[in-house]
Amino acid sequence: MEDFTQLSGLQIDALREIGNIGAGNAATALAQMVQAKIDMSVPRVSILPFTEVADLLGGADAHVVGIYFNVSGPAPNSILFILSAQKAGLLVDMLLLRSSGTTDINNLDEIEMSAMMELGNILSATYLNAMSMFTQLKFVPSVPAMGIDMAGAILDAILAQFGEIADHVLLLETEFTKDEDDVVGHFFLLPEPGSLNIILKALGVNTDG
Amino acid sequence: MTTAPDRLMTAGLGSCIGICIYDKSVKLGSLAHIMLPSSVQAKNPENKAKFADTAIDLVLDMMIKSGANRSRLQAKIAGGAQMFKFSGESDIMKIGERNAIAVEENLQKHRIPLLARDTGGNYGRTITFDPETGDLLVRTIGHGERII
Repeated sequence: MEDFTQLSGLQIDALREIGNIGAGNAATALAQMVQAKIDMSVPRVSILPFTEVADLLGGADAHVVGIYFNVSGPAPNSILFILSAQKAGLLVDMLLLRSSGTTDINNLDEIEMSAMMELGNILSATYLNAMSMFTQLKFVPSVPAMGIDMAGAILDAILAQFGEIADHVLLLETEFTKDEDDVVGHFFLLPEPGSLNIILKALGVNTDG
Repeated sequence: MTTAPDRLMTAGLGSCIGICIYDKSVKLGSLAHIMLPSSVQAKNPENKAKFADTAIDLVLDMMIKSGANRSRLQAKIAGGAQMFKFSGESDIMKIGERNAIAVEENLQKHRIPLLARDTGGNYGRTITFDPETGDLLVRTIGHGERII
């Protein structure tokens, strides 16, 4: 399936279910790290043209932190955890057990930087573990790459990988919130076009062979 | 594409490149936002605006139809950053640099002088082009603001 727009309702439900479990585990891990209650939204599965992805994040020039993983294995994909620069600063403060507002996100020192990356590592590893259990496929994440900049600019570099083949991208998106209304971040899983078939097949919901 | 006093803007350029081509005497300017260097190897080259080569062809066609004179066209470009650094970088991560090279080659092929460029680095850019003056305003987060 080259064209994501042909997904059936059953297939979308199956993807949403993986997202649910993956993100559920990731939220638990996050809650343990920051010692606070973290909730998550029901995952959204969306198929979007490239140009609209940045709108989800508050516009192309919104100031964000993005942590990116290239995931290899039989079904290669990308993971991107994006949060607003301001929220990222608060999260680093929580991780390092300091009072809120200590971290200057534009001037991270090595410890703050590594706290951020470690957060990304744990989130993606828990997520991928759940995916592996579901699909019996192996997912191997790269080391994290972090960017602190405009949302559009961070997405560019990632979407360019998909651009050779498609104009649309499949997003499995979950929002994490702390203290009920505080949006912490967005977690995206972007399967490469060929990978989607492999994942769907492993889940037993492929329709075209 | 627009004429003065309207301006053209694109937000959050990372590895993508904003290509401004303009004819100052009729104050007609265009802004193309490309993502990839070449349509030649692409499996799906239909979206012409996405690739450096086909986007420039497309823009030139439109501009000349709207009264621009090919020999007066000039260009300015911005973008082409490398947003992420990996150890053991793959080629795809150097896409910004490859985009910049492709854009320059294609401008050269059409004999359009490149008056100014603000490319590379590891940060995003939001750009606004004014066909009235030919000024290209580049804004960044933490890397200043400049007019080229």
